[in-house]
Amino acid sequence: MKHKHNINSEISISYIVTNKKLTTIAALGVTIGIAIFVFMNSMMKGFDRTSTESIFKTVPHIRLYKDDETSVPLSDKHKESETIIVNPKIVPDNNVLVNPNALIKLLQSQEDVKVVTPQTNANVFYNNGKSQISGNATGINIEEANKMFNIKSYVVEGNADDLKNIQNGILLGVGIANKMNVRTGDDISITSSKGVLKTMKVVGLFRTNNSNTDKSKSYINISLAQQLLQKNASYITDINVNVNDFNNANIYAQRFSKLTGYKAEDWQAANETLMAAAKMRKVIITVISFSILLVAGFGIYNILNMTITQKINDIAILKAMGFRGGDVVRIFVQQALIIGFLGIALGLTLATILVNVLSHVYVGGDIGYFPIRFEPSQYLKGLIFGFLVTFFAGYIPARKAANVDPVSIFRK
Amino acid sequence: MQTVLETKNVGKYFYDPEKFRVLNNINIKAYKGEFLTLVGKSGSGKSTLLYLLSTMDTDYDGEIWMDKKLVTGLNQNDLADIRNENIGFVFQFHYLLPEFTCLNNVMIPALKLGRYSKQEIEERAYKKLEILGLKDQALKPASKLSGGQQQRVAIARALINDPKIIMGDEPTGNLDSKNTQIVFDIFKQLTTEFGQTIIAVTHDNDFAKASDRTIVMQDGEILSER
Repeated sequence: MKHKHNINSEISISYIVTNKKLTTIAALGVTIGIAIFVFMNSMMKGFDRTSTESIFKTVPHIRLYKDDETSVPLSDKHKESETIIVNPKIVPDNNVLVNPNALIKLLQSQEDVKVVTPQTNANVFYNNGKSQISGNATGINIEEANKMFNIKSYVVEGNADDLKNIQNGILLGVGIANKMNVRTGDDISITSSKGVLKTMKVVGLFRTNNSNTDKSKSYINISLAQQLLQKNASYITDINVNVNDFNNANIYAQRFSKLTGYKAEDWQAANETLMAAAKMRKVIITVISFSILLVAGFGIYNILNMTITQKINDIAILKAMGFRGGDVVRIFVQQALIIGFLGIALGLTLATILVNVLSHVYVGGDIGYFPIRFEPSQYLKGLIFGFLVTFFAGYIPARKAANVDPVSIFRK
Repeated sequence: MQTVLETKNVGKYFYDPEKFRVLNNINIKAYKGEFLTLVGKSGSGKSTLLYLLSTMDTDYDGEIWMDKKLVTGLNQNDLADIRNENIGFVFQFHYLLPEFTCLNNVMIPALKLGRYSKQEIEERAYKKLEILGLKDQALKPASKLSGGQQQRVAIARALINDPKIIMGDEPTGNLDSKNTQIVFDIFKQLTTEFGQTIIAVTHDNDFAKASDRTIVMQDGEILSER
């Protein structure tokens, strides 16, 4: 036929207009559902971001190191041979990477690798007068390490760059500094597990807000760490690697492990407890936010079922007059989508308000302001799921309406 | 005379509460411009037959031909299109959409058909309402009219696409004698002036007597024609 008239929309809009109250209630249901959905998911994103940010203050995306090896008998077990007594033990002094410079070059040449930096850890005692604290000194190259851990961002006193110039400089955690009562510019002596004693100059203090780290960790030049361990300049225990996409660190870790033959551990594996907690948080928030969205869907389902029961005569006469089943479905799905659209638009606005309010709430600690911000991806997700839920909440009753047998209505 | 509607050995079962032959071996013809009435006692199957003819009930045996075309076995969408274009319905109850004005109610089947532009449809709807003496009520909501007026709006709606056949199930069942007479005159006018065919089920003997031809049904079969 020549002309296409949008009579289906006219009918669905008239149903909305005549049922203003119920429509509003159903739309408000969607509003709350969408607002909570977007809000909670944004909150989760914020939590995840702060938690990874705080992890990456001290942990690289991937750490390459030599795993402890246990000695194995040289002879394989032969069925005929005599049973031999074996005493497997960790092979001492093998946790060193062979030819670290070649490894570093190799890793730097890999795709998607951002920063590669060597590290040597030494367990030490910090001494000042009679007081003594055990901890660990991390031998680093400050420039590269700063690129990786952004050390400067949490230095609270002094200057991290001084490590470059002062060979025996040390960057102390604030916890240690407080206990030892030292400030920037003071001297502090450290003793290594090998009995080497060094007098260090404090060039700065840092605060990661992880009190365990702040009470035990210090940064020193890598060459000094090697001296503390009585090793030469090629003694490197770890090579730290940062990649472009830390979410895929495990994939790169596997690749690097194969490439180098050493153990490559990604940050997620290194922080399994935190990851497990994050996963649980994700499950809980997802379940709750989807449930709320689903409840909103039931609101729409309800109002449509009611409209259909009320308008069963209309449906019958429309079908008699030549409206197809598909037309009837369209009338009611459109009604659901209009309600859904109103609800979603209001819901996204409400979510924006909630996020805005919460992002101005100060919680203190290392978090500061509540870690929430606008997440466009969550808005998009809310929009998509909102329309999906709305569509099905409309489609299911609409199908029922389309299957109404007009004869049974007319013959009543 | 040109046959508009024809049944060949049409029969039907009801299954609820038990299997029961409600129509048997129905062979009727309806001609162009004819005012045909179906009468019979309650349960004679006259309404059932009308709904088979209307293409809304597809559960029957035998064949129904409309305008030399077999409609038996067509799918629901094709049948909907046929109804939209070729059949107008008038029931005992008006079945107007209460939220819509009379004019809009009349326009609905034409908007669905899409043969004319919206403006043309509006003009045509006004004309139909004028024929039925309701032009001044056109912009009132359908729910605000009297019963007789509502029934006339329903007739205007049935006429909007100029269907070949107008089917009525007790179209005057709820009307007083004055309105019944009005409806009858309109039907008569449609058959004579516009060559449309009316098939109406009725209890009203005077209404039946005044029609061109009456088919009397009893126990699912055709008893007589007059």
